[in-house]
Amino acid sequence: MMIEIQGLTKKYGSFTALDNLNLSLDEGVVFGFVGANGAGKSTTFSILATLLSPTSGDAFINGKSVVREPKEVRKQLGYMPDFFGVYDQLKADEYLDFYGASYGISYSERQVLIPQLLELVNLTHKRYEYVDLLSRGMKQRLCLARSLIHDPKVLILDEPASGLDPRARVEMRDILKHLKSMGKTILISSHILPELAEMCDEIGVIDNGKLIAHGNVQTIQEQLQGEKRIIVKVVHQLEKARVFFEENPHISSIEVADEKGEIAFNYRGTTEDQVNLLRKAMLADIPIYSLTEEEKDLEDVFMAITKGADVK
Amino acid sequence: MMNRFSNPVLMKELKLRFRAFKSFSGLMFYLAVLCIFVVGFLMIYTQFSGTAFFRPSDSFTMFSVLSVLQMALVMFITPGLTAGAISTEREKQTLNILLTTTQSSTQIIVGKLVSSVVFLILMLVAGLPLYSLVFLFGGVSPSQYVTIFLFYLVTLIAIGSIGIMFSTITKKTIVSMIATYGAMIFLGGITAFFFFIGVSMDQMATGYAGTQNLMPFSPITYFWVSINPGALMLSILYPEITNTIDSLVGISFPIWVVYLIFYLLITVGCLAIAIRKLRANMKTNR
Ligand SMILES: Nc1ncnc2c1ncn2[C@@H]1O[C@H](COP(=O)(O)OP(=O)(O)O)[C@@H](O)[C@H]1O
Ligand SMILES: [Mg+2]
Repeated sequence: MMIEIQGLTKKYGSFTALDNLNLSLDEGVVFGFVGANGAGKSTTFSILATLLSPTSGDAFINGKSVVREPKEVRKQLGYMPDFFGVYDQLKADEYLDFYGASYGISYSERQVLIPQLLELVNLTHKRYEYVDLLSRGMKQRLCLARSLIHDPKVLILDEPASGLDPRARVEMRDILKHLKSMGKTILISSHILPELAEMCDEIGVIDNGKLIAHGNVQTIQEQLQGEKRIIVKVVHQLEKARVFFEENPHISSIEVADEKGEIAFNYRGTTEDQVNLLRKAMLADIPIYSLTEEEKDLEDVFMAITKGADVK
Repeated sequence: MMNRFSNPVLMKELKLRFRAFKSFSGLMFYLAVLCIFVVGFLMIYTQFSGTAFFRPSDSFTMFSVLSVLQMALVMFITPGLTAGAISTEREKQTLNILLTTTQSSTQIIVGKLVSSVVFLILMLVAGLPLYSLVFLFGGVSPSQYVTIFLFYLVTLIAIGSIGIMFSTITKKTIVSMIATYGAMIFLGGITAFFFFIGVSMDQMATGYAGTQNLMPFSPITYFWVSINPGALMLSILYPEITNTIDSLVGISFPIWVVYLIFYLLITVGCLAIAIRKLRANMKTNR
Protein backbone atom coordinates (compact mmCIF):
# COMPACT_ATOMS: atom_id res chain seq x y z
CA MET A 1 0.00 0.00 0.00
CA MET A 2 1.41 3.35 -0.98
CA ILE A 3 -1.27 5.30 0.85
CA GLU A 4 -3.16 4.15 3.88
CA ILE A 5 -5.66 6.46 5.53
CA GLN A 6 -7.02 5.17 8.82
CA GLY A 7 -9.99 6.70 10.60
CA LEU A 8 -8.97 10.21 9.67
CA THR A 9 -11.09 12.80 11.46
CA LYS A 10 -10.67 16.56 11.52
CA LYS A 11 -12.76 18.92 13.60
CA TYR A 12 -12.68 22.69 13.42
CA GLY A 13 -14.15 23.48 16.80
CA SER A 14 -17.41 21.63 16.86
CA PHE A 15 -17.62 21.37 13.09
CA THR A 16 -16.53 18.02 11.69
CA ALA A 17 -14.84 18.63 8.37
CA LEU A 18 -13.61 15.04 8.01
CA ASP A 19 -15.42 12.12 9.54
CA ASN A 20 -13.58 8.83 10.00
CA LEU A 21 -12.10 8.59 6.54
CA ASN A 22 -10.57 5.26 5.52
CA LEU A 23 -8.81 4.68 2.24
CA SER A 24 -6.03 2.51 0.84
CA LEU A 25 -4.30 3.07 -2.47
CA ASP A 26 -1.75 0.91 -4.24
CA GLU A 27 1.42 2.21 -5.80
CA GLY A 28 0.93 3.66 -9.26
CA VAL A 29 -2.77 4.32 -8.88
CA VAL A 30 -4.30 7.55 -10.08
CA PHE A 31 -6.98 8.40 -7.58
CA GLY A 32 -9.65 10.98 -8.23
CA PHE A 33 -11.11 12.63 -5.18
CA VAL A 34 -14.48 14.14 -5.95
CA GLY A 35 -16.74 16.20 -3.79
CA ALA A 36 -18.66 19.45 -3.79
CA ASN A 37 -17.04 22.60 -2.43
CA GLY A 38 -16.57 22.26 1.30
CA ALA A 39 -16.80 18.47 1.25
CA GLY A 40 -13.38 18.09 2.86
CA LYS A 41 -11.02 17.39 -0.05
CA SER A 42 -8.50 20.10 0.77
CA THR A 43 -8.63 19.21 4.44
CA THR A 44 -7.74 15.61 3.60
CA PHE A 45 -4.92 16.67 1.30
CA SER A 46 -3.54 19.17 3.83
CA ILE A 47 -3.33 16.42 6.41
CA LEU A 48 -1.57 14.13 3.94
CA ALA A 49 0.82 16.95 3.07
CA THR A 50 1.71 17.35 6.77
CA LEU A 51 0.30 20.86 6.95
CA LEU A 52 -2.50 20.02 9.31
CA SER A 53 -2.79 17.63 12.21
CA PRO A 54 -5.82 15.34 12.22
CA THR A 55 -8.03 15.46 15.29
CA SER A 56 -7.81 11.69 15.35
CA GLY A 57 -6.73 8.89 13.06
CA ASP A 58 -3.58 8.72 11.01
CA ALA A 59 -2.41 8.38 7.45
CA PHE A 60 0.63 6.60 6.07
CA ILE A 61 2.52 7.49 2.95
CA ASN A 62 4.70 4.59 1.92
CA GLY A 63 4.53 3.36 5.50
CA LYS A 64 5.44 6.68 7.13
CA SER A 65 2.98 8.30 9.48
CA VAL A 66 2.00 11.88 8.65
CA VAL A 67 1.52 12.54 12.35
CA ARG A 68 4.67 10.97 13.76
CA GLU A 69 7.18 11.18 10.89
CA PRO A 70 6.18 14.27 8.91
CA LYS A 71 9.71 14.87 7.68
CA GLU A 72 9.90 11.39 6.17
CA VAL A 73 6.51 11.93 4.56
CA ARG A 74 7.65 15.22 3.01
CA LYS A 75 10.47 13.41 1.24
CA GLN A 76 7.99 11.08 -0.47
CA LEU A 77 5.38 13.60 -1.35
CA GLY A 78 4.85 16.32 -3.91
CA TYR A 79 2.01 18.66 -3.06
CA MET A 80 0.22 21.28 -5.09
CA PRO A 81 -2.30 23.32 -3.08
CA ASP A 82 -5.59 24.55 -4.53
CA PHE A 83 -4.48 28.14 -4.05
CA PHE A 84 -0.86 29.08 -4.13
CA GLY A 85 1.33 32.06 -4.85
CA VAL A 86 4.74 32.49 -6.37
CA TYR A 87 7.57 34.76 -5.30
CA ASP A 88 7.74 37.79 -7.50
CA GLN A 89 11.25 38.77 -8.56
CA LEU A 90 12.16 35.12 -9.14
CA LYS A 91 12.64 33.60 -12.57
CA ALA A 92 11.22 30.21 -13.43
CA ASP A 93 14.53 28.41 -13.12
CA GLU A 94 15.37 30.20 -9.87
CA TYR A 95 11.96 29.25 -8.56
CA LEU A 96 12.67 25.58 -9.17
CA ASP A 97 16.21 25.99 -7.92
CA PHE A 98 15.01 27.37 -4.60
CA TYR A 99 12.64 24.48 -3.98
CA GLY A 100 15.24 21.99 -5.13
CA ALA A 101 17.62 23.38 -2.54
CA SER A 102 14.80 23.27 -0.01
CA TYR A 103 14.68 19.53 -0.49
CA GLY A 104 18.41 19.27 -0.01
CA ILE A 105 19.19 18.57 -3.65
CA SER A 106 22.75 19.54 -4.55
CA TYR A 107 23.50 22.41 -6.91
CA SER A 108 24.89 20.20 -9.66
CA GLU A 109 21.87 17.90 -9.54
CA ARG A 110 19.55 20.87 -9.68
CA GLN A 111 21.27 22.13 -12.80
CA VAL A 112 20.45 18.85 -14.50
CA LEU A 113 16.92 18.55 -13.12
CA ILE A 114 15.60 22.01 -13.85
CA PRO A 115 15.73 21.85 -17.67
CA GLN A 116 14.21 18.37 -17.57
CA LEU A 117 11.32 19.48 -15.40
CA LEU A 118 10.69 22.58 -17.49
CA GLU A 119 10.67 20.36 -20.55
CA LEU A 120 8.19 18.01 -18.89
CA VAL A 121 5.70 20.80 -18.26
CA ASN A 122 6.36 22.57 -21.58
CA LEU A 123 7.89 25.66 -20.05
CA THR A 124 11.38 25.47 -21.50
CA HIS A 125 10.80 28.71 -23.36
CA LYS A 126 9.88 30.48 -20.10
CA ARG A 127 12.98 29.45 -18.21
CA TYR A 128 14.27 32.99 -17.73
CA GLU A 129 10.93 34.73 -17.26
CA TYR A 130 9.74 36.10 -13.95
CA VAL A 131 7.24 33.68 -12.48
CA ASP A 132 4.68 36.25 -11.46
CA LEU A 133 4.37 37.29 -15.08
CA LEU A 134 3.40 33.80 -16.26
CA SER A 135 -0.22 32.97 -17.06
CA ARG A 136 -2.32 31.04 -14.59
CA GLY A 137 -1.97 27.81 -16.54
CA MET A 138 1.79 28.23 -16.75
CA LYS A 139 2.06 28.93 -13.04
CA GLN A 140 0.04 25.82 -12.42
CA ARG A 141 2.40 23.77 -14.56
CA LEU A 142 5.44 25.34 -12.96
CA CYS A 143 4.04 24.49 -9.56
CA LEU A 144 3.56 20.95 -10.77
CA ALA A 145 7.18 20.83 -11.90
CA ARG A 146 8.15 22.19 -8.51
CA SER A 147 6.22 19.43 -6.73
CA LEU A 148 8.22 16.89 -8.74
CA ILE A 149 11.68 18.23 -8.07
CA HIS A 150 12.57 15.72 -5.34
CA ASP A 151 11.18 12.84 -7.41
CA PRO A 152 8.41 11.98 -4.95
CA LYS A 153 6.58 8.68 -5.10
CA VAL A 154 3.26 10.33 -4.38
CA LEU A 155 1.76 13.44 -5.93
CA ILE A 156 -1.11 15.29 -4.31
CA LEU A 157 -2.81 17.79 -6.56
CA ASP A 158 -5.62 19.85 -5.12
CA GLU A 159 -7.94 20.97 -7.92
CA PRO A 160 -5.15 21.45 -10.45
CA ALA A 161 -7.60 22.19 -13.23
CA SER A 162 -9.67 24.82 -11.50
CA GLY A 163 -9.47 28.21 -13.10
CA LEU A 164 -7.82 26.89 -16.24
CA ASP A 165 -9.18 27.37 -19.73
CA PRO A 166 -10.02 24.20 -21.69
CA ARG A 167 -6.75 24.23 -23.56
CA ALA A 168 -4.71 24.51 -20.38
CA ARG A 169 -6.78 21.69 -18.91
CA VAL A 170 -5.90 19.42 -21.79
CA GLU A 171 -2.23 20.29 -21.37
CA MET A 172 -2.46 19.53 -17.66
CA ARG A 173 -4.15 16.22 -18.38
CA ASP A 174 -1.43 15.19 -20.83
CA ILE A 175 1.25 15.91 -18.28
CA LEU A 176 -0.60 13.86 -15.68
CA LYS A 177 -0.85 10.95 -18.10
CA HIS A 178 2.87 11.16 -18.56
CA LEU A 179 3.42 11.15 -14.80
CA LYS A 180 1.16 8.15 -14.45
CA SER A 181 3.30 6.32 -16.98
CA MET A 182 6.28 7.12 -14.77
CA GLY A 183 4.63 5.06 -12.04
CA LYS A 184 3.75 7.85 -9.64
CA THR A 185 0.84 7.44 -7.29
CA ILE A 186 -1.32 10.47 -7.94
CA LEU A 187 -4.15 11.88 -5.88
CA ILE A 188 -6.10 14.53 -7.65
CA SER A 189 -9.19 16.33 -6.48
CA SER A 190 -11.96 18.07 -8.31
CA HIS A 191 -15.52 19.09 -7.76
CA ILE A 192 -16.32 17.91 -11.27
CA LEU A 193 -16.59 14.15 -11.65
CA PRO A 194 -16.41 13.76 -15.46
CA GLU A 195 -13.19 15.76 -15.43
CA LEU A 196 -11.56 13.01 -13.41
CA ALA A 197 -13.40 9.97 -14.74
CA GLU A 198 -11.32 9.73 -17.87
CA MET A 199 -7.86 9.71 -16.38
CA CYS A 200 -8.35 8.07 -13.00
CA ASP A 201 -8.06 4.39 -12.09
CA GLU A 202 -10.05 4.87 -8.94
CA ILE A 203 -12.52 7.44 -7.77
CA GLY A 204 -13.52 8.36 -4.26
CA VAL A 205 -16.54 10.51 -3.60
CA ILE A 206 -16.55 12.60 -0.46
CA ASP A 207 -19.56 14.39 0.90
CA ASN A 208 -19.74 16.32 4.15
CA GLY A 209 -16.48 14.80 5.31
CA LYS A 210 -17.51 11.21 4.65
CA LEU A 211 -16.24 8.95 1.90
CA ILE A 212 -19.50 7.78 0.38
CA ALA A 213 -18.15 5.76 -2.51
CA HIS A 214 -14.86 4.32 -3.65
CA GLY A 215 -13.88 2.12 -6.58
CA ASN A 216 -13.18 2.25 -10.28
CA VAL A 217 -15.21 4.60 -12.41
CA GLN A 218 -17.77 1.96 -13.35
CA THR A 219 -18.32 0.71 -9.83
CA ILE A 220 -18.74 4.24 -8.65
CA GLN A 221 -21.34 4.87 -11.25
CA GLU A 222 -23.27 1.78 -10.21
CA GLN A 223 -22.80 2.48 -6.52
CA LEU A 224 -23.92 6.03 -6.87
CA GLN A 225 -26.68 5.31 -9.28
CA GLY A 226 -28.23 2.53 -7.19
CA GLU A 227 -31.10 2.11 -9.54
CA LYS A 228 -31.17 2.52 -13.26
CA ARG A 229 -33.92 3.06 -15.79
CA ILE A 230 -34.37 0.21 -18.23
CA ILE A 231 -36.43 0.41 -21.39
CA VAL A 232 -37.75 -2.81 -22.93
CA LYS A 233 -39.34 -3.03 -26.35
CA VAL A 234 -41.67 -5.87 -27.17
CA VAL A 235 -43.22 -6.89 -30.46
CA HIS A 236 -46.68 -7.53 -28.96
CA GLN A 237 -48.23 -8.88 -25.76
CA LEU A 238 -47.50 -5.64 -23.97
CA GLU A 239 -49.95 -6.40 -21.18
CA LYS A 240 -48.41 -9.79 -20.48
CA ALA A 241 -44.98 -8.20 -20.29
CA ARG A 242 -46.22 -5.56 -17.90
CA VAL A 243 -47.59 -8.17 -15.52
CA PHE A 244 -44.38 -10.15 -15.75
CA PHE A 245 -42.18 -7.19 -14.84
CA GLU A 246 -44.51 -6.03 -12.13
CA GLU A 247 -44.04 -9.32 -10.30
CA ASN A 248 -40.25 -8.86 -10.15
CA PRO A 249 -39.09 -7.55 -6.75
CA HIS A 250 -36.23 -5.50 -8.27
CA ILE A 251 -38.52 -3.43 -10.41
CA SER A 252 -40.51 -0.32 -9.65
CA SER A 253 -42.14 2.67 -11.34
CA ILE A 254 -43.31 0.84 -14.44
CA GLU A 255 -44.52 2.97 -17.30
CA VAL A 256 -46.09 1.60 -20.43
CA ALA A 257 -46.08 3.41 -23.75
CA ASP A 258 -48.69 1.53 -25.81
CA GLU A 259 -48.14 3.19 -29.12
CA LYS A 260 -44.39 2.56 -29.07
CA GLY A 261 -44.61 -0.92 -27.55
CA GLU A 262 -42.27 0.19 -24.79
CA ILE A 263 -42.09 -0.58 -21.14
CA ALA A 264 -39.82 1.50 -18.93
CA PHE A 265 -39.02 0.73 -15.32
CA ASN A 266 -36.56 1.45 -12.56
CA TYR A 267 -34.29 -1.45 -11.83
CA ARG A 268 -32.35 -2.02 -8.64
CA GLY A 269 -30.25 -5.15 -8.33
CA THR A 270 -27.03 -6.86 -9.26
CA THR A 271 -25.92 -7.79 -12.74
CA GLU A 272 -26.71 -11.48 -12.02
CA ASP A 273 -30.25 -10.56 -11.04
CA GLN A 274 -30.53 -8.77 -14.32
CA VAL A 275 -29.35 -11.86 -16.24
CA ASN A 276 -31.92 -13.99 -14.40
CA LEU A 277 -34.62 -11.50 -15.18
CA LEU A 278 -33.87 -11.68 -18.89
CA ARG A 279 -33.68 -15.46 -18.84
CA LYS A 280 -37.08 -15.69 -17.14
CA ALA A 281 -38.56 -13.26 -19.62
CA MET A 282 -37.41 -15.51 -22.49
CA LEU A 283 -38.84 -18.60 -20.75
CA ALA A 284 -42.12 -16.79 -20.25
CA ASP A 285 -42.23 -16.23 -24.00
CA ILE A 286 -42.23 -12.48 -23.85
CA PRO A 287 -41.14 -11.26 -27.29
CA ILE A 288 -38.48 -8.77 -26.23
CA TYR A 289 -36.51 -7.41 -29.13
CA SER A 290 -34.66 -4.63 -27.45
CA LEU A 291 -33.48 -3.73 -23.98
CA THR A 292 -31.67 -0.50 -23.26
CA GLU A 293 -30.35 1.16 -20.13
CA GLU A 294 -31.06 4.81 -20.04
CA GLU A 295 -27.68 6.54 -19.89
CA LYS A 296 -27.45 8.71 -16.85
CA ASP A 297 -24.86 11.40 -17.08
CA LEU A 298 -22.07 11.02 -14.51
CA GLU A 299 -22.61 14.61 -13.65
CA ASP A 300 -26.32 14.04 -12.95
CA VAL A 301 -25.43 11.12 -10.72
CA PHE A 302 -22.91 13.15 -8.86
CA MET A 303 -25.29 16.06 -8.48
CA ALA A 304 -27.98 13.75 -7.18
CA ILE A 305 -25.78 12.15 -4.58
CA THR A 306 -24.11 15.28 -3.29
CA LYS A 307 -27.07 17.59 -3.42
CA GLY A 308 -27.39 19.73 -0.36
CA ALA A 309 -23.64 19.91 0.17
CA ASP A 310 -23.45 23.28 -1.48
CA VAL A 311 -26.45 24.78 0.19
CA LYS A 312 -25.30 25.20 3.75
CA MET B 1 22.86 14.85 1.07
CA MET B 2 21.53 17.76 3.09
CA ASN B 3 24.32 20.10 3.99
CA ARG B 4 23.81 21.14 7.59
CA PHE B 5 24.84 24.71 6.96
CA SER B 6 23.19 25.38 3.67
CA ASN B 7 20.11 27.50 4.03
CA PRO B 8 17.96 27.83 0.89
CA VAL B 9 15.64 30.41 2.49
CA LEU B 10 18.59 32.59 3.38
CA MET B 11 20.05 32.39 -0.14
CA LYS B 12 16.72 33.13 -1.77
CA GLU B 13 15.92 36.01 0.57
CA LEU B 14 19.29 37.61 -0.07
CA LYS B 15 18.85 37.21 -3.79
CA LEU B 16 15.40 38.80 -3.67
CA ARG B 17 16.48 41.51 -1.29
CA PHE B 18 19.34 42.67 -3.42
CA ARG B 19 17.20 42.49 -6.50
CA ALA B 20 14.33 44.50 -5.09
CA PHE B 21 14.28 48.21 -5.83
CA LYS B 22 12.69 48.70 -2.42
CA SER B 23 15.86 47.57 -0.66
CA PHE B 24 18.02 49.75 -2.84
CA SER B 25 15.85 52.80 -2.25
CA GLY B 26 15.79 52.02 1.47
CA LEU B 27 19.56 51.95 1.54
CA MET B 28 19.73 55.20 -0.40
CA PHE B 29 17.27 56.88 1.94
CA TYR B 30 19.32 55.78 4.91
CA LEU B 31 22.58 57.04 3.45
CA ALA B 32 20.95 60.28 2.37
CA VAL B 33 19.75 60.96 5.92
CA LEU B 34 23.22 60.30 7.29
CA CYS B 35 24.90 62.44 4.63
CA ILE B 36 22.58 65.37 5.08
CA PHE B 37 23.19 65.20 8.77
CA VAL B 38 26.98 65.05 8.51
CA VAL B 39 27.20 67.86 6.00
CA GLY B 40 24.83 70.01 8.04
CA PHE B 41 26.79 69.30 11.16
CA LEU B 42 30.09 70.23 9.56
CA MET B 43 28.69 73.46 8.18
CA ILE B 44 27.11 74.57 11.43
CA TYR B 45 30.16 73.77 13.50
CA THR B 46 32.67 75.43 11.25
CA GLN B 47 30.44 78.51 11.15
CA PHE B 48 29.97 78.76 14.90
CA SER B 49 33.57 78.23 15.86
CA GLY B 50 34.56 80.85 13.34
CA THR B 51 37.51 78.80 12.27
CA ALA B 52 37.87 76.33 9.49
CA PHE B 53 38.99 73.79 12.06
CA PHE B 54 37.03 70.97 13.41
CA ARG B 55 38.25 70.16 16.89
CA PRO B 56 38.45 66.60 18.23
CA SER B 57 35.71 67.39 20.77
CA ASP B 58 33.43 68.54 17.94
CA SER B 59 34.31 65.38 16.13
CA PHE B 60 33.28 63.38 19.16
CA THR B 61 29.97 65.19 19.37
CA MET B 62 29.40 64.37 15.75
CA PHE B 63 30.26 60.75 16.40
CA SER B 64 27.78 60.62 19.27
CA VAL B 65 24.94 62.15 17.34
CA LEU B 66 25.76 60.03 14.30
CA SER B 67 25.68 56.92 16.43
CA VAL B 68 22.35 57.79 18.00
CA LEU B 69 20.93 58.66 14.61
CA GLN B 70 22.14 55.40 13.15
CA MET B 71 20.67 53.52 16.08
CA ALA B 72 17.32 55.21 15.56
CA LEU B 73 17.37 54.36 11.87
CA VAL B 74 18.29 50.76 12.54
CA MET B 75 15.53 50.47 15.11
CA PHE B 76 13.13 51.99 12.64
CA ILE B 77 14.12 49.78 9.72
CA THR B 78 14.55 46.40 11.45
CA PRO B 79 10.86 45.86 12.21
CA GLY B 80 10.02 46.75 8.62
CA LEU B 81 12.42 44.10 7.38
CA THR B 82 11.38 41.32 9.72
CA ALA B 83 7.77 41.84 10.79
CA GLY B 84 6.56 40.58 7.43
CA ALA B 85 8.97 37.67 7.10
CA ILE B 86 6.46 34.87 7.60
CA SER B 87 3.13 36.68 7.38
CA THR B 88 3.91 37.95 3.88
CA GLU B 89 4.50 34.39 2.75
CA ARG B 90 1.21 33.44 4.34
CA GLU B 91 -0.59 36.30 2.61
CA LYS B 92 1.00 35.51 -0.73
CA GLN B 93 0.15 31.84 -0.24
CA THR B 94 3.71 30.65 -0.59
CA LEU B 95 4.04 29.49 3.00
CA ASN B 96 2.20 26.18 2.63
CA ILE B 97 4.46 25.05 -0.15
CA LEU B 98 7.52 26.08 1.81
CA LEU B 99 6.31 24.08 4.79
CA THR B 100 5.90 20.91 2.74
CA THR B 101 9.59 20.95 1.81
CA THR B 102 12.03 19.06 3.98
CA GLN B 103 13.47 22.22 5.50
CA SER B 104 13.12 22.33 9.26
CA SER B 105 11.23 25.13 10.98
CA THR B 106 14.50 26.22 12.53
CA GLN B 107 16.17 26.51 9.13
CA ILE B 108 13.34 28.61 7.78
CA ILE B 109 13.17 30.98 10.75
CA VAL B 110 16.93 31.36 11.03
CA GLY B 111 17.18 31.92 7.28
CA LYS B 112 14.63 34.71 7.50
CA LEU B 113 16.38 36.34 10.45
CA VAL B 114 19.90 36.10 9.08
CA SER B 115 18.91 37.52 5.70
CA SER B 116 17.51 40.61 7.43
CA VAL B 117 20.51 40.89 9.70
CA VAL B 118 22.89 40.67 6.76
CA PHE B 119 21.03 43.47 5.03
CA LEU B 120 21.15 45.64 8.14
CA ILE B 121 24.85 45.00 8.56
CA LEU B 122 25.31 46.05 4.98
CA MET B 123 23.52 49.28 5.83
CA LEU B 124 25.76 49.90 8.78
CA VAL B 125 28.83 49.15 6.71
CA ALA B 126 27.60 51.47 3.99
CA GLY B 127 27.55 54.22 6.59
CA LEU B 128 31.15 53.54 7.53
CA PRO B 129 32.71 56.06 5.09
CA LEU B 130 30.89 58.81 6.99
CA TYR B 131 32.44 57.55 10.17
CA SER B 132 35.85 57.66 8.58
CA LEU B 133 35.40 61.41 8.50
CA VAL B 134 35.03 61.30 12.27
CA PHE B 135 38.11 59.15 12.65
CA LEU B 136 39.97 61.55 10.39
CA PHE B 137 39.28 64.47 12.72
CA GLY B 138 40.16 62.42 15.77
CA GLY B 139 38.51 62.33 19.17
CA VAL B 140 37.11 58.84 18.74
CA SER B 141 38.91 55.55 18.91
CA PRO B 142 38.03 52.79 16.49
CA SER B 143 37.51 50.50 19.48
CA GLN B 144 34.67 52.75 20.55
CA TYR B 145 33.12 52.29 17.16
CA VAL B 146 33.54 48.53 17.42
CA THR B 147 31.76 48.54 20.78
CA ILE B 148 28.93 50.59 19.31
CA PHE B 149 28.76 48.23 16.34
CA LEU B 150 28.47 45.18 18.60
CA PHE B 151 25.76 47.00 20.50
CA TYR B 152 23.87 47.60 17.23
CA LEU B 153 24.25 43.96 16.33
CA VAL B 154 22.87 42.60 19.60
CA THR B 155 19.99 45.07 19.46
CA LEU B 156 19.02 44.54 15.86
CA ILE B 157 19.14 40.76 16.16
CA ALA B 158 16.82 40.98 19.17
CA ILE B 159 14.41 43.35 17.43
CA GLY B 160 14.57 41.20 14.32
CA SER B 161 13.64 38.17 16.39
CA ILE B 162 10.72 40.02 17.91
CA GLY B 163 9.57 40.95 14.40
CA ILE B 164 9.84 37.39 13.14
CA MET B 165 8.01 36.05 16.16
CA PHE B 166 5.09 38.42 15.65
CA SER B 167 5.17 37.67 11.97
CA THR B 168 4.81 33.98 12.73
CA ILE B 169 2.09 34.17 15.34
CA THR B 170 -0.09 36.82 13.69
CA LYS B 171 -2.03 36.22 10.51
CA LYS B 172 -1.59 39.67 9.02
CA THR B 173 1.60 41.59 8.29
CA ILE B 174 0.03 44.86 9.36
CA VAL B 175 -0.76 43.49 12.82
CA SER B 176 2.72 42.09 13.10
CA MET B 177 4.22 45.47 12.11
CA ILE B 178 2.18 47.30 14.72
CA ALA B 179 3.09 44.79 17.42
CA THR B 180 6.79 44.94 16.56
CA TYR B 181 6.92 48.72 16.50
CA GLY B 182 4.98 48.63 19.74
CA ALA B 183 7.58 46.39 21.33
CA MET B 184 10.27 48.73 20.09
CA ILE B 185 8.59 51.80 21.48
CA PHE B 186 8.34 49.94 24.75
CA LEU B 187 12.04 49.06 24.80
CA GLY B 188 13.24 52.43 23.54
CA GLY B 189 10.74 54.79 25.14
CA ILE B 190 8.53 53.32 27.83
CA THR B 191 11.49 51.86 29.69
CA ALA B 192 13.07 55.32 29.89
CA PHE B 193 9.77 56.70 31.13
CA PHE B 194 9.57 54.01 33.83
CA PHE B 195 13.15 54.76 34.77
CA PHE B 196 12.43 58.44 35.31
CA ILE B 197 9.29 57.66 37.29
CA GLY B 198 11.26 55.23 39.43
CA VAL B 199 14.00 57.78 40.04
CA SER B 200 11.59 60.56 40.97
CA MET B 201 9.71 58.26 43.31
CA ASP B 202 12.97 57.35 45.00
CA GLN B 203 13.84 60.99 45.35
CA MET B 204 10.47 61.74 46.90
CA ALA B 205 10.99 58.87 49.32
CA THR B 206 14.45 60.05 50.34
CA GLY B 207 13.05 63.56 50.62
CA TYR B 208 10.53 62.39 53.22
CA ALA B 209 13.16 60.40 55.05
CA GLY B 210 14.87 63.63 55.94
CA THR B 211 18.21 65.07 55.07
CA GLN B 212 20.40 62.16 56.03
CA ASN B 213 22.24 60.79 53.04
CA LEU B 214 20.19 57.68 52.30
CA MET B 215 21.66 55.60 49.53
CA PRO B 216 18.77 54.56 47.23
CA PHE B 217 18.45 50.94 46.22
CA SER B 218 15.95 50.24 43.43
CA PRO B 219 16.64 47.18 41.28
CA ILE B 220 13.48 47.69 39.21
CA THR B 221 14.47 51.20 38.21
CA TYR B 222 17.92 49.85 37.47
CA PHE B 223 16.40 47.16 35.29
CA TRP B 224 14.42 49.70 33.25
CA VAL B 225 17.46 51.80 32.54
CA SER B 226 19.67 48.83 31.76
CA ILE B 227 17.39 47.47 29.02
CA ASN B 228 17.01 50.86 27.37
CA PRO B 229 19.10 51.03 24.18
CA GLY B 230 19.45 54.80 24.47
CA ALA B 231 20.85 54.57 27.98
CA LEU B 232 23.37 51.94 27.03
CA MET B 233 24.41 53.94 23.99
CA LEU B 234 25.01 57.02 26.13
CA SER B 235 26.95 54.99 28.65
CA ILE B 236 29.19 53.71 25.89
CA LEU B 237 29.74 57.22 24.55
CA TYR B 238 30.05 58.90 27.92
CA PRO B 239 31.25 56.30 30.47
CA GLU B 240 30.83 58.79 33.32
CA ILE B 241 27.03 58.40 32.94
CA THR B 242 27.41 55.03 34.60
CA ASN B 243 28.30 56.79 37.85
CA THR B 244 25.20 58.96 37.63
CA ILE B 245 23.01 55.90 37.16
CA ASP B 246 24.77 54.24 40.06
CA SER B 247 24.05 57.18 42.33
CA LEU B 248 20.41 57.21 41.25
CA VAL B 249 19.61 53.52 41.73
CA GLY B 250 22.33 52.35 44.09
CA ILE B 251 23.55 49.52 41.89
CA SER B 252 26.97 49.71 40.30
CA PHE B 253 26.78 46.50 38.31
CA PRO B 254 27.59 47.40 34.66
CA ILE B 255 24.36 47.89 32.76
CA TRP B 256 25.75 46.45 29.55
CA VAL B 257 25.86 43.01 31.14
CA VAL B 258 22.18 43.16 32.03
CA TYR B 259 21.44 44.58 28.58
CA LEU B 260 23.33 41.80 26.84
CA ILE B 261 21.67 39.05 28.88
CA PHE B 262 18.21 40.56 28.46
CA TYR B 263 18.49 40.99 24.68
CA LEU B 264 20.01 37.56 24.21
CA LEU B 265 17.12 36.08 26.19
CA ILE B 266 14.64 38.00 24.04
CA THR B 267 16.35 36.71 20.91
CA VAL B 268 16.37 33.10 22.04
CA GLY B 269 12.84 33.28 23.42
CA CYS B 270 11.33 34.90 20.33
CA LEU B 271 13.10 32.55 17.95
CA ALA B 272 11.99 29.55 19.99
CA ILE B 273 8.36 30.71 19.86
CA ALA B 274 8.61 31.42 16.13
CA ILE B 275 10.08 27.99 15.43
CA ARG B 276 7.42 26.27 17.50
CA LYS B 277 4.58 28.23 15.98
CA LEU B 278 5.65 28.10 12.35
CA ARG B 279 3.89 24.81 11.78
CA ALA B 280 1.11 25.75 14.17
CA ASN B 281 -1.42 23.47 12.52
CA MET B 282 0.81 20.50 13.14
CA LYS B 283 1.03 19.13 16.65
CA THR B 284 4.48 17.69 16.16
CA ASN B 285 6.67 20.53 15.09
CA ARG B 286 9.60 19.10 13.28
N1 LIG C 1 -9.47 26.62 9.13
C1 LIG C 1 -10.77 26.26 9.11
N2 LIG C 1 -11.57 26.61 10.13
C2 LIG C 1 -12.88 26.25 10.13
N3 LIG C 1 -13.47 25.56 9.16
C3 LIG C 1 -12.73 25.19 8.11
C4 LIG C 1 -11.34 25.52 8.03
N4 LIG C 1 -10.85 25.02 6.87
C5 LIG C 1 -11.88 24.41 6.26
N5 LIG C 1 -13.00 24.51 7.00
C6 LIG C 1 -14.31 23.93 6.66
O1 LIG C 1 -14.13 22.56 6.45
C7 LIG C 1 -14.93 22.13 5.36
C8 LIG C 1 -14.08 21.39 4.36
O2 LIG C 1 -13.26 22.31 3.70
P1 LIG C 1 -12.30 21.89 2.52
O3 LIG C 1 -11.53 20.70 2.94
O4 LIG C 1 -11.52 23.09 2.12
O5 LIG C 1 -13.32 21.50 1.37
P2 LIG C 1 -13.07 21.25 -0.18
O6 LIG C 1 -11.62 21.34 -0.45
O7 LIG C 1 -13.63 19.90 -0.42
O8 LIG C 1 -13.84 22.29 -0.92
C9 LIG C 1 -15.62 23.34 4.79
O9 LIG C 1 -16.95 23.36 5.25
C10 LIG C 1 -14.85 24.49 5.37
O10 LIG C 1 -15.71 25.57 5.59
MG1 LIG D 1 -10.64 22.67 -1.70
